[in-house]
Amino acid sequence: MSVLAPPSACCGTKPASGAPTDRQTSGGAAAEHDAGTGHLFGTVAVVGPPNSGKTTLYNRLTGLRQKVGNFPGVTVEHHIGQVKDENGRAVALIDLPGIYSLSPKSEDEKVTMDVLEGKIANMPRPEAVIVVVDSTNLNRHLVLVARVIALGLPVLVVLNMADELRQQGGDVDVLALARQLGTPVVLASATNGEGLPAIQHFLFSPAACPSPLELPVLHDAPGCREWAIRVGAKASYRRPAGPVWTRRLDAIFLHRWWGPLIFLATVVGVFQITFAVGQPLSNAFQSVLDATGVRLGNHLPEGLLRSLLLDGIWKGVGSVLVFLPQILLLFLVIGILEDSGYLARAAVIADRTMAQVGLNGKCFIPLLSAYACAVPAIMATRTIESKRDRMATILIAPFMTCSARLPVYTMFIAAFVVNRPLLGVFFGTRAAAMLALYVLGFVMAVVTARLLKASVLKSKDAHFIMEMPPYRRPTLVSLGLRLMDRGRAFVFRAGTVILAVTVVLWVLTTFPLRHGQPAPLQQSLVARAGQILEPVIAPLGFDWKIGVGLVTSLAARETVIATLGTLNGIDPESRAMDLQTALRHEISPAAAMALLVFFAFALQCVSTIAIVRRETNSWKWPILQFAYMSVLAYAGAFLAYRLMRL
Amino acid sequence: MKLKMISNFTDTISAALSELQEGATAILFGLDLAPKLAEHLMNLGFIPGVEVTVARSGPGGDPTIYRIDGAEVALRAELACRIAVRPIARSAEA
Repeated sequence: MSVLAPPSACCGTKPASGAPTDRQTSGGAAAEHDAGTGHLFGTVAVVGPPNSGKTTLYNRLTGLRQKVGNFPGVTVEHHIGQVKDENGRAVALIDLPGIYSLSPKSEDEKVTMDVLEGKIANMPRPEAVIVVVDSTNLNRHLVLVARVIALGLPVLVVLNMADELRQQGGDVDVLALARQLGTPVVLASATNGEGLPAIQHFLFSPAACPSPLELPVLHDAPGCREWAIRVGAKASYRRPAGPVWTRRLDAIFLHRWWGPLIFLATVVGVFQITFAVGQPLSNAFQSVLDATGVRLGNHLPEGLLRSLLLDGIWKGVGSVLVFLPQILLLFLVIGILEDSGYLARAAVIADRTMAQVGLNGKCFIPLLSAYACAVPAIMATRTIESKRDRMATILIAPFMTCSARLPVYTMFIAAFVVNRPLLGVFFGTRAAAMLALYVLGFVMAVVTARLLKASVLKSKDAHFIMEMPPYRRPTLVSLGLRLMDRGRAFVFRAGTVILAVTVVLWVLTTFPLRHGQPAPLQQSLVARAGQILEPVIAPLGFDWKIGVGLVTSLAARETVIATLGTLNGIDPESRAMDLQTALRHEISPAAAMALLVFFAFALQCVSTIAIVRRETNSWKWPILQFAYMSVLAYAGAFLAYRLMRL
Repeated sequence: MKLKMISNFTDTISAALSELQEGATAILFGLDLAPKLAEHLMNLGFIPGVEVTVARSGPGGDPTIYRIDGAEVALRAELACRIAVRPIARSAEA
């Protein structure tokens, strides 16, 4: 049952007595009103509290026709997408951040308010607002509805999660609620698609401004609540009994003993899946890429062009693209944990431990995602209310072993560590070395957090306020869109930054030409540049090739593999060897360990630097962070090299 | 946000939210917190006059999950001890 109840009055001319007396089904609700009118909304904003299913609904309405953007000057992200009707008419839909209120106290709420009032440059003022609330907890969210109605724009109230409301024995009279609020009201479910036609209908027909029977005094919280209860009662709202499953599951997941055990098993499981399933996937993808490269190569004439396309671009970009399956898998697993509601419980369990380093449980979620990639992790810190805790989390996130370090670790460990079993077949010296690197990064993050929280980011009182969403089955649509989003960002990076680096590197290795042929590698531009760098990195045991690798990996860590691959592929001495053998000929095991330590600490990632700049809105923090991590990396590598040579 | 902050917990019938046992229910009557924090909590349902139940204490005893106005919210004891409540007798099933 999805009902759209349209108000008849225009912009506050009379009280909303105009709701139709009969229940009408969604599609044709106001059909006679829009006949002949050509006017369409230009832009419609979608607002709603967190956990109201707003984003799922938004994704269902816009599908893949959306772009992620940032408001100028602030760190708040928005999505812009398009909805088209069957006649091809389009309305732009803006998804605003999840908010509880419209007071200008938090950044998210301030930006939402500014957008709704048309105060943001280059952003048209929305002509209508869709406010999405959780129908299973109407009383609490009606206050936000009142605030949105008070803006005076045409409003559609979407009571989302109608399926849960009914399953749990709740009910609401949509028409009575529409009469009270003076706006159309739709019962909808973003998960099963109920109510979507009614929402589409609202978007493509002219709507009147709301004319509520009564609005509360918005500054009076208890008064607002009384109003919400009164309106709910008049709409015969019956709150559902409460999610039984959520309580049953919480009894297990937050159990005194089982809770922490399941938590640990989950964290271990996340990594186990990315390695045990992700590694073979990446290997398979690698052989597909290699085979395609060979086949493409056969069609190209011998010469410089072929060298550029194959040795430069295909090898370089391919060596990075290979990690796509593994990264998507990690995002998929974290996405499932997040959408199911488990991450909120994990935050509660992690809170006590996080408090030890001066942070809170909310910081755990971004830090877990930082094991996939620091960029989305840093964006996810927005949910942390305490500015200082948020800053500390941003600054330590790049110490978590992200997926870009994986190829470097895997390659060097495979080349330099002889695999001997330690604890059974599954845990050998190589696995131990990998684990040690993860621990190293984690320990440094903890030390850094303690330092920060004891000095510049000291906060008087730390808080942990976390709403527990009910457990839900993650939907394929939302997981799929998230993966598309992340996958696109990764491929885009491989296609831009890494492509550019590999082309530049190819040019530097190939030129200057001698009689139309590339000169020996030792005389190329890149060798000269590397040799200038050599004195700086010689104390770490690195040669000029590694030096070039370190420079190119400033763009992205994984580029070092592509670089070493290209350099050794071109060098006649090592051309016949695979990269691992070539590396063993080139540097000592001590230097290899130094390199691993260097990669564990250094901030070699332009994307992270850019996102920290954006999120902290200053160059100060990313520069400090880069300097701090570089010094640590150099000192750590130096120490590792000396210790290994003892 | 104009809301009378109650910083005087000497009232004999009042208690701090953090003192309630698991499963206990009480009526909230004051938040002794900075205005911004108080407002955030009120947006989450912590409004004077509302019934609050201790749903579950976390595995280590802290934070604790409170059920308020149909939602569940986890708070640390250090915050919950600044929220004043009036306990309701357990027999009065909420």
